Amino acid sequence: MSTLHNISENQKDIKLGPIATLLVGDKGGQRLIMALIALAIIFPFCNLVFPQDSFLHVSTYTLTLTGKYLCYALLALSVDLIWGYCGILSLGQGAFFALGGYAMGMYLMRQIGDRGVYGNAELPDFMVFLDWKELPWYWFGFDQFWFASIMVLVVPGILAFVFGWLAFRSRVTGVYLSIITQALTYALMLAFFRNDMGFGGNNGLTDFKDILGFDLQSSSTRSALFIASALSVVLGYLISRFITTSKLGRVLVSIRDAEMRTRFLGYKVEYYKLFVFVVSAMMAGVAGALYVPQVGIINPGEFTPIYSIEIIIWVAIGGRGTLFGAVIGAIAVNYAKTYFTGAFAELWLFMLGGLFVMATLYLPKGIVGFVRDIKQGDGISNRFYLLFKNKVSTKLSSKGSV
Amino acid sequence: MKRILTSLICIFAFSSGVLANAKIDTSIKHPDLTQAIESAALAGGHANELAKPTKNISLSFEELAVSLIKAKYSAKKDILLDIAEINDPRVLPFIQSILKGELFYIKKTKQLIYRELQDNKKYLVTSALNNTQLGEFKKRKLKKVGINNNLRGEIKTIIARIQISSQDSNLRKQAALEILKGANETFLSLINLAISKETDASISEILVTAQSIIHLQSQESQKRLDAIKVLHGSLYVESRNALSLFINENNASVSEEIKQELIQAQEALLAIDKLVKFNNVAENIYFGISLGSVLLLAAIGLAITFGVMGVINMAHGEMIMLGAYTTFVIQQLMPNHAGISLVVAIPAAFLVSGLMGVIIERTVIRHLYGRPLETLLATFGISLVLQQAVRSIFGPLNQDVITPSWMAGTFSVNAGLELTFNRLYIIIFSLMVLAALALVLKKTLFGLQMRAVTMNRPMASSMGIRTGWVDALTFGLGSGIAGIAGVALSQLTNVGPNLGQAYIIDSFMVVVFGGVGNLWGTLVGAMSLGIANKVFEPMAGAVLAKIIVLVAIILFIQKRPRGLFALKGRAVED
Repeated sequence: MSTLHNISENQKDIKLGPIATLLVGDKGGQRLIMALIALAIIFPFCNLVFPQDSFLHVSTYTLTLTGKYLCYALLALSVDLIWGYCGILSLGQGAFFALGGYAMGMYLMRQIGDRGVYGNAELPDFMVFLDWKELPWYWFGFDQFWFASIMVLVVPGILAFVFGWLAFRSRVTGVYLSIITQALTYALMLAFFRNDMGFGGNNGLTDFKDILGFDLQSSSTRSALFIASALSVVLGYLISRFITTSKLGRVLVSIRDAEMRTRFLGYKVEYYKLFVFVVSAMMAGVAGALYVPQVGIINPGEFTPIYSIEIIIWVAIGGRGTLFGAVIGAIAVNYAKTYFTGAFAELWLFMLGGLFVMATLYLPKGIVGFVRDIKQGDGISNRFYLLFKNKVSTKLSSKGSV
Repeated sequence: MKRILTSLICIFAFSSGVLANAKIDTSIKHPDLTQAIESAALAGGHANELAKPTKNISLSFEELAVSLIKAKYSAKKDILLDIAEINDPRVLPFIQSILKGELFYIKKTKQLIYRELQDNKKYLVTSALNNTQLGEFKKRKLKKVGINNNLRGEIKTIIARIQISSQDSNLRKQAALEILKGANETFLSLINLAISKETDASISEILVTAQSIIHLQSQESQKRLDAIKVLHGSLYVESRNALSLFINENNASVSEEIKQELIQAQEALLAIDKLVKFNNVAENIYFGISLGSVLLLAAIGLAITFGVMGVINMAHGEMIMLGAYTTFVIQQLMPNHAGISLVVAIPAAFLVSGLMGVIIERTVIRHLYGRPLETLLATFGISLVLQQAVRSIFGPLNQDVITPSWMAGTFSVNAGLELTFNRLYIIIFSLMVLAALALVLKKTLFGLQMRAVTMNRPMASSMGIRTGWVDALTFGLGSGIAGIAGVALSQLTNVGPNLGQAYIIDSFMVVVFGGVGNLWGTLVGAMSLGIANKVFEPMAGAVLAKIIVLVAIILFIQKRPRGLFALKGRAVED
């Protein structure tokens, strides 16, 4: 209570802009945004300005890889928004991500034009291959960037709206909701694997050439995409922060902690849930749309239920319900994944599985919660920390005495 | 369930009725049949017992066989016909080997032989006449007893002729089917003769069908009409083909007689189509039930861990996988006893998966009760570890699990409907497991304690039940049953590290659809999902059928968030 009071006093004293107001009292968020903005400036700068053999040079590979992590970070943010603040454990968030990705992929596919293998200006390669005569109706408009960008938001949004409306209205909650979201992404995966769907079937959409007329392979385009990813993480963070600190955010938290009680207090729980679910789906869609041009492929594998569950673990490890924890978790776990699948491919699944178990058993609040506990001097984490610290200090002192 | 059973019984009753009908038809509506048989008997033909003496009959089998080597193609035919008339067990394999191109002779000595390729690129040679080994020969020392296409047809007839008069009814049936496939004028006398001697109803039915197909091309209107009547509703592919051929050929005809026949033929064709459709439905339902019982096996364990304990075990699929791998390992340990090893594998898989379940419960899940979402994540982690462990130990490829001979094979309900045994066994097996589980839950002390802990943990605990152990054993039981499901699945699908993944979502769907904490609900859920899947499949394709079912479940859960058979109670939440 006292901290809240302090904040309002501070606000009286200094006139703050709307964005700064959001970040008051959120040290982690401030640091994260600083870091992201710094990253968005330094990485592309180092990539473009310094020559390849320079010590300060950041390779395009690293740039793209980090850009990919940033997309995952945005995706993790969208999960934290619904899971951390509203208790909706969606095991189908990957579906929204993939749908956003497909919307962008369709635009990129149309940009190829007659440079495809078959040189057909009207039809993407896979349609020529399948002997389709004309573009299906749902591909119309995707040659325009603005249309594709709208679809990136609208398609996941509509799916989330319909699905959420059905699910939340009939009060499907908790575990049941998790399982049917998983069924949703599973069904979509099966559907997208079909060639008849008109989304490239098994192979998905790939072989992209350029975006808005810029070559996708060039470092400058990659840098621009990187900056866009970093900025959208910042933007996503601010939006999430705006939602969670608003009055609506308070209601969401109360739904998370005691849904029935909130309903009995007169709140229309399903509308709150629906709102935040749709927003989160749109964020996931944007993440997917930024992911596809950087990675260069989108295929039905992205719908696999396991990927969706993996997203949950990023958030759980980073720290559920903190927003910046989700970003940290996504980047940390994916960095580890890239490293370990390269170094010890066999071990990675053991490690990931172990992480799941350890995180749920011993790190219920994630990395962020762990650090916080230590700082505040309480919780199991602190006990571990003290134990460790004492051991180290006794060792040091014993060494010192010798 | 009752309804399903009744419909199944109806199907059986109906199809056997159809068969009976066909038989009556032949005997009543074929006054000329006996005549035909008599005439065939008079004509003699080349069938064994009625053969008239030919010029070469004095020669022995050996002499005739050796004369094949030098004979021209045209002469070979006569020799073969003569050989066929000798009553000797060596005759049939001998003639068959000629057809397959397996009969050779040694150039120098003119001995007829079969050969077998050895490791040293030489051939091990066995005499075709007295089965003695003649040693190893090089390839160029041997020559094949050649035949041409014309002769090939003849030999087929000869083989059919020998087989149809064999003592073994299986062999006769094969021969009859072979005759049915190639039914033409040349077989007619043979068929007539065979019908007159045949005692087995199913074989004579095939023969009568073949006879009618031939009669369909006859010049006499009455014969054709009778043939059409026999073929009415006959389920052999050949009858359908013959009828539509008949209709196509005579479509343009103006004669009144033929028009009458055409109408009859069309009706017969319609009846066939109707029966085929009926067969398809029956087959789909059978497949549906067998898929349902697979789902049932996979989901019963989940119904316990998820339904009774409220634990979401994402590693459930891996318990199934462990069971399948246990089957594989046990088969490796006793490689010559596929059947016994499968029986041994059932308790072994139960123990392996059950033990793993108890370990997981004691080390991880115990700490997470009341936090279902965290349990989900932790068990998912365990599933990844188990998958990778199996992949590291056994390799990423699918393992080959042998199906014992008694599991293979089919039984035919009627000519168009053949059901495989392994599916039937799985249906029975899954129902047995369900019954056993229901018995454990209702009749044993452990079951009683388990239900008590589920209903009211603190109260059960204060009555002296060790709730911790009951939890562990319950989880072990659920996992163990998953292991048993793995044994069954090893007979149906590939055994690989991803085996469990394929079934986990379906199992959850079954439990959620049927209602949590209810074995009856699991049974109904599994069967309806299985049948729905297989009924949609022919209409929409396998993948789309699955999507339709998934979407249907998602919609269904909106209507009844707690499943078909929800536990009634006052608890609104948690």
